[in-house]
Amino acid sequence: MNQKNRLEQGGRLNRTKPIRFWYDNKGYEGYAGDTLASALLANGVNLIGRSFKYHRPRGIFSAGSEEPNALVQLEKGAYTEPNRRATEVELYEGLTACSQNCWPSVNFDIGAINSVLSRLFPAGFYYKTFMWPQSLWMTYEKFIRKAAGLGVSPMEPDPDSYDKTYAHCDVLVVGGGPAGIQATLAAGKVGARVMLVDEKNVFGGSLLSDNVEINGISTQEWIDQQLNELRKLENVTLLNRTTLTGYYDYNFLVANQRVNEHLGSNQSGNAPKERLWKIRAKQVVLATGAIERPLVFADNDRPGVMLANAIRTYIHRFGVLPGKEITILTNNDSAYYTALDATEAGAKVVIVDIRHNPGGELFEKAEQAGIKFITNSTITGIDYAKGKIRQVEIMQLDGDGQGVTGSKSQLPCDLVGVSGGWTPTVHLYSQAKGKLKFLDDKHCFVADTETPNKLNQNNPSFSVGACHANYGLRDCLIKGFDAGKSAAQAVGFETTEITSEISCNEPESAPIRPLWILPCDHPVGKGKKKHFHELHNDSTVADIELAAREGFESVEHVKRYTTTGMGTDQGKTSNLNALSVLSNLRNTSIPAVGTTTFRPPFTPLTLGSIVGQERRELFLQKRKTAMHPWHDRNGAVYEDVGDWKRPFYFPTHNESMHDAVQRECLAVRNSSGLLDASTLGKIDLQGRDVSKLLNLLYTNAWSKLAPGKCRYGLMLNEHGMVFDDGVTTCLKENHYHMTTTSGGAARVMSWVEEWLQTEWPDMEVYATSVTEQWAVASLNGPNSRKILEKLTDHPIDDESFPFMSMREMNIADIPARVFRISFTGELAFEINVPARYGLALWEAVIQAGKEFDITPYGTEAMHVLRAERGFIIVGQDTDGTVTPMDLGMDWIVSKKKGDFFGRRSFVRSDTARERRKRLVGILTEDPNIVLPEGAHLVEKLKDKPPMDMIGHITSSYMSPNVGRSIAMALVKDGFNRKGQSFHVPLIDGSSQKVTLTDPVFIDT
Amino acid sequence: MLIIECPWCGKRDQTEFSCHGEAHIARPLNTEELSEEEWGDYVFFRKNPKGLHYERWVHAHGCRRWFNVARNTLSDHIHGSYKPGETPPTIDTQEVSQ
Ligand SMILES: [Zn+2]
Repeated sequence: MNQKNRLEQGGRLNRTKPIRFWYDNKGYEGYAGDTLASALLANGVNLIGRSFKYHRPRGIFSAGSEEPNALVQLEKGAYTEPNRRATEVELYEGLTACSQNCWPSVNFDIGAINSVLSRLFPAGFYYKTFMWPQSLWMTYEKFIRKAAGLGVSPMEPDPDSYDKTYAHCDVLVVGGGPAGIQATLAAGKVGARVMLVDEKNVFGGSLLSDNVEINGISTQEWIDQQLNELRKLENVTLLNRTTLTGYYDYNFLVANQRVNEHLGSNQSGNAPKERLWKIRAKQVVLATGAIERPLVFADNDRPGVMLANAIRTYIHRFGVLPGKEITILTNNDSAYYTALDATEAGAKVVIVDIRHNPGGELFEKAEQAGIKFITNSTITGIDYAKGKIRQVEIMQLDGDGQGVTGSKSQLPCDLVGVSGGWTPTVHLYSQAKGKLKFLDDKHCFVADTETPNKLNQNNPSFSVGACHANYGLRDCLIKGFDAGKSAAQAVGFETTEITSEISCNEPESAPIRPLWILPCDHPVGKGKKKHFHELHNDSTVADIELAAREGFESVEHVKRYTTTGMGTDQGKTSNLNALSVLSNLRNTSIPAVGTTTFRPPFTPLTLGSIVGQERRELFLQKRKTAMHPWHDRNGAVYEDVGDWKRPFYFPTHNESMHDAVQRECLAVRNSSGLLDASTLGKIDLQGRDVSKLLNLLYTNAWSKLAPGKCRYGLMLNEHGMVFDDGVTTCLKENHYHMTTTSGGAARVMSWVEEWLQTEWPDMEVYATSVTEQWAVASLNGPNSRKILEKLTDHPIDDESFPFMSMREMNIADIPARVFRISFTGELAFEINVPARYGLALWEAVIQAGKEFDITPYGTEAMHVLRAERGFIIVGQDTDGTVTPMDLGMDWIVSKKKGDFFGRRSFVRSDTARERRKRLVGILTEDPNIVLPEGAHLVEKLKDKPPMDMIGHITSSYMSPNVGRSIAMALVKDGFNRKGQSFHVPLIDGSSQKVTLTDPVFIDT
Repeated sequence: MLIIECPWCGKRDQTEFSCHGEAHIARPLNTEELSEEEWGDYVFFRKNPKGLHYERWVHAHGCRRWFNVARNTLSDHIHGSYKPGETPPTIDTQEVSQ
């Protein structure tokens, strides 16, 4: 075994199961239960990457999700993932990882030159660069792209599967440490539906890094005992490997469960790699623990500088002692546990305590263990070479700790453990708009649950344990249990029966020295040594000082200017120290400086998890008409219209789209064509007030529409602008059939419903969407009557069935409503049958039409045919700024009837204005040129844009029936400019001369 | 995500609803007689309060009924829902403004 830092025993590992893995193309061995970080440390590897801005070498700094340094590129090819925290990646057989942000290698990095040129990267570098002339930015951009940036995104589709699920519970407990376990037990025992989530692979939280006894048994035995009890409760759901990432309004929470992710790439099998939980909880207990706060001292970013408690975690949870000679730098007692445990594990430990007179139980224990102390002193420099710390430089602090005094001494060591106390993990409470309060005695922010504020009244939550600055274990266990009880009680459970007995021995802690930014032999921010308060984004104390000097007052501004806390770790280890620096500079307290807002996600989420199964064919629903199978069989090419799949054209014999559309257009005008018009919006309107409603919805008069008669109408909004059109038919007295555009069906339905329900509840109108209930085959062309006559006994001659009327009859023995309306200008019959007969109807009409060469046609031919007759398409020739008058459709606006939607707006000065854009026809000088839709018209052609535009093309086609290209356009004062010529500059630099005409190209 | 109470269906997730803006805007009966300002006010101008707001919602993916909601735009607290035509609930505005 070559795991030189692995202890002989200890750790929650399966030592019988060695695991082979690769890091930077070199093979190593670890054990089941390791993380990538613990396995690397076991093998003596601690140089993990290069920093974001200065490319300084960086090592593993923590043992958890707060890790700012150890980001790796995990796996290769389609499975690759950038920016994975080595401290969170569970080791599996064959794991492959690479360092990021290093070129050509982690040991020799060309970008480290940035470190020498650090004056080039002051705070606000990016902003300052943006403000320089754009030409300079182009130069810098290349440089920045090469130097900055983290890992590499995969270039192939993600081969893994992901899932989503929804859950409801009475009590959600976040964090499976001592407080969370107790809360779950209390609420679970009284019968509440409880969910416990924890981000780690095993429950236990801080107990995993501890070696105390609870109720006379070891921490591991205690955890096992509690979990056994919890597993017996059917009302309790335990989710490990699950990170609560977001806490939203009304106790809606999102958690990401790494279901099979820990098995490695391509191992997910039938289970998803990750599962996103969307949870609605009645009560939430936050037991999210605390993150150790670093101390900021000279060159504190060197690989081998680590949070003191992380060292303890590596010893107890992973059986790894990451260094042989350890210097502990601390301002509080908690690092003493690390010193004691590391000594017991065989390390030589020296404690550098910045306090004058550390004392108390732990101090005495450390003395008894033979640990050497240096008090009222700090590390003022680190001798780092060839990837290793060789020694640290120590100096005594002066009176107030703002400077150093005396002579330097050297202390050989290979690992530095730092502790500046603890920062409660309040992220989730803050996400949920909860107010935080600053505890002066504990120097940290906690959730202000005692005085609930108005913003938070929808998120009643409990905050217990270390995340509420209850650092004592006994305190955590008791308060956790009480919180679980109270939460269950708040939901309505009887909780008086249950109690919890706790006994554990804990030494009393001596007070902290509230000093985190430690001086060195030159003023902070001057000289070669750097004081990093933020490792992830490479932000130094000097950066904050610069920001303050440049006048940035708000903490939110300073954060953005220095990029503090804006990395993928969201500043979990840096935020409070940044606030300390700022409060020192301003000579004010931390709460006066304020705190920044925490936002979801707590730790990064994969896109795969967010997307879940909603990709490929499940990304969007497809709506298909009843005739769709026929279209499929006959080679239709589809166009998406909303969610509908509509036949675009029907190519035969490898026809091009152009050829197919030209053929279809000719067939309709020369013989007959059949269009699937089922997607048209259809609304059934019944009741005695329907015609009254129609008079408000449409611009024309509807009172006198007789049964069996159809009428075309334009719908306007209150601005007087066209928003839909269609034909509405009176089926019988007080019963109408309304049609809308395919895309506008839902909008019109809502429009009608909203007016009926909110403005005129007294109107008797029942509106029902029947779009899906009717299949529609639109038979067009001079031979259409001959075809239809073969399919029905009903008289369909002009006299018995005139234009703009509807008759009920059987078509091919299918009961049908047939409408004599036309969107092509040809003789046409729109045959509506119940959707289940749609395919049969279509096939019958095609069969009957064979002798007339009936031609199925798609939406493109439909567009050409209507444009030949100058019929508009709402949404194509209109855009929400077009009135009926702009379309030249004054004829449809009733002057006699009373009010209707939009009418009053006609006399608004802008709507009534002369020279508005009007719809006209366009003929190109070259009849073979089809202008692109959206192209602009100009009066005066210039060499290059910008040119003053007077309008734009809305529709443009090659028309086989006209024998040339045709187009429609909205042009300023277009009606008065018919006959005049203008220019259409094209994207290739050429231009086309065009003449304005009437938009009706074929008249009958 | 908010929980909204539909007066007909009960409490549901926000995703089932859509908001149609300010409530209690009656369509003028005498549109022809309105001045440009009065008509413009009806068509274009809406309140945008910080605090209590009466707004119209529709249970779009449910019963498709419109109703009104009294919501605090600052805290997202919903004071209550009521049917069209019903009087809005009395709300202690002092409590709201805190
Ligand atoms: Zn409802």
